[in-house]
Amino acid sequence: MKTNKKNNPFYDPSLKKRHASAKRFKYFALSSIIIAISFLLFFLSDMLIKGLPALQQTYVQVEVTYNKKSMKSARQSIDRKLRRVVSRAAIREIPRQMQNDPQLMNTTKFKWILADDQVDQYIKGNYYKLKSKDKNKVDELKEQNRVELRFNSIFFTHGDSKIPEFAGIKSALIGSIFTLLVTMAVSFPIGVMTAIYLEEFAQDNKFTQIIEVNINNLAAIPSILFGLLGLAIFINIFGLPRSSALVGGLTLALMTLPIIIVTARAALRSVPDSIRQAGYGLGLTKIQVVRDHVLPLAFPGIMTGSIIGLAQAMGETAPLIIVGMIAFIPDSPSTITEAATVMPAQIFTWAGMPERAYIEKTAMGILTLLTVLISLNGVAVYLRKRFETKW
Amino acid sequence: MVKSIKNTNREKMKTKINVKNLNLWYGKNHALHGIDLNIYKNKITALIGPSGCGKSTFLRCINRMNDLINTVNIKGQIVIDDKNIYDNDVDEVSVRKRIGMVFQQPNPFPKSIYENVAYAPIKHGIVKKGKACDELVEKSLVSAGLWDEVKDKLQDPGTSLSGGQQQRLCIARTIAVEPDVILMDEPTSALDPISTEKIEALMLELKKKYTIVIVTHNMQQAARVADYTAFFHLGDLIEYDETQTIFVNPKEKKTEDYITGRFG
Repeated sequence: MKTNKKNNPFYDPSLKKRHASAKRFKYFALSSIIIAISFLLFFLSDMLIKGLPALQQTYVQVEVTYNKKSMKSARQSIDRKLRRVVSRAAIREIPRQMQNDPQLMNTTKFKWILADDQVDQYIKGNYYKLKSKDKNKVDELKEQNRVELRFNSIFFTHGDSKIPEFAGIKSALIGSIFTLLVTMAVSFPIGVMTAIYLEEFAQDNKFTQIIEVNINNLAAIPSILFGLLGLAIFINIFGLPRSSALVGGLTLALMTLPIIIVTARAALRSVPDSIRQAGYGLGLTKIQVVRDHVLPLAFPGIMTGSIIGLAQAMGETAPLIIVGMIAFIPDSPSTITEAATVMPAQIFTWAGMPERAYIEKTAMGILTLLTVLISLNGVAVYLRKRFETKW
Repeated sequence: MVKSIKNTNREKMKTKINVKNLNLWYGKNHALHGIDLNIYKNKITALIGPSGCGKSTFLRCINRMNDLINTVNIKGQIVIDDKNIYDNDVDEVSVRKRIGMVFQQPNPFPKSIYENVAYAPIKHGIVKKGKACDELVEKSLVSAGLWDEVKDKLQDPGTSLSGGQQQRLCIARTIAVEPDVILMDEPTSALDPISTEKIEALMLELKKKYTIVIVTHNMQQAARVADYTAFFHLGDLIEYDETQTIFVNPKEKKTEDYITGRFG
């Protein structure tokens, strides 16, 4: 800016400095955003690069012999030279196929069969551990177009497995849903009722102030302590089944309660007092004012807060490890009292596995968890927009 | 300090609200000092005075709205229809049903125009949903002078109306509960002059059926609509008389100073 001091009545010598300071602040703020976004992008792209290959799984076309011998010992159904190339889990299935379909007996067929995880890694170009003769066999199959990458439906339709190519997220996903349902059923009504009582009905005295301070403090307690509390109360005292979604859900409910209470109170407080005054001025009782006029206005805020609390509970691992929800669960639980695991715990388990193939499973597990969390947050945003009333 | 009202028509006038030695404390702060006042039936009584003089507090005593504040302590009597509303056997909720209130900021419920009016009567059991309710809503909106403007959009949100219309909706909502007394706490201070004029005309119409008490900062408004005017200052009722007398021939020096704009 070129300013002519003499001819410009608006000239202010201090302005240049003041503008510069504003600009500096703006760039600092901007750079912090850029740093945050680049971290996020790095994390996301790393997950995508590592995780997306898990969406595909290698299949090989091999000759399967169905006869009495292979009924007894499934390994016999595959040519000795190819045995190591196909998945053990797939071989295990062969006798069952024969039982289900007796016509298969004493036939030989070319079938597409799930490949071993090392073959899968080799095909995907990752680090692999294959004996050279097995590797040559795979190359040979590949030349004959008998190796194929297909969509990995196993990941979404099966539970955990010690055979990497056969491991899936389904049981953990169902465990997470059950746990979250328990958490929601317990913490939402109790939390919202507590908030309504404290905000609308309770007198402002020492007792309620102590309760208030304690609730706020609860929100800041490390989650592993809630796990110990859940272990002590729900398992040791009440004797509820260990590792179950019921215990995990109740434990997470303890953890989510303060978040729901605090956000619901904030939502209730943001309802203008004039609405309450209007209601009381018409001779309505407290419950009529709260239920029909205050609560509908606070509802979007309460929902948003609760969903964020639940999303946080969904990503929680530490307290669930303590109540035993880190178990190896190959079959999906069908009730809340059965042993279950949750997605973050599953990710944790896979991350500790030595097999190379679990790396992509871990990344894919994280992506699945993120997808669920983002959709939960999407629901929160939608509810907020949908029920927001303007006045 | 209160001067009894010498009025030729005095015999004809019925006292609706009789306030006897009303004291109010906010915690330790003594906000109203021994107020004695008679409010007459089917008249408009204006309460004027500088900010913080206790006029709004006094108004909110009449329908026990101050009970909502924990720290408030009230001593004295407000006798309405031969019953002290601060007696132990009086429920404040029923007091507020009989004595409606209109607030400074228009505060319609965030619901439809129809529901705004119909909600309280249904809850009080005055009408049931259906035809009777429709009629009551229409009657109330007609009384509030709003019917012609909203009859085609009763399902629109009450908040979609203009400020003046919202305030008349609030009046309609109050009338719908069929009160005896309507309290108005600076009902036009948030409105433009044209809306104000409409509300004032409405008040003059409403006083045929209801007893109205209005708090106002606008002295011209008090002079235009009120039959009686009470002047409050620092928690004391300084002077209470016919509006004409207060404005033309006040007996107290403070009243005269305030009305002529020397303080406040």
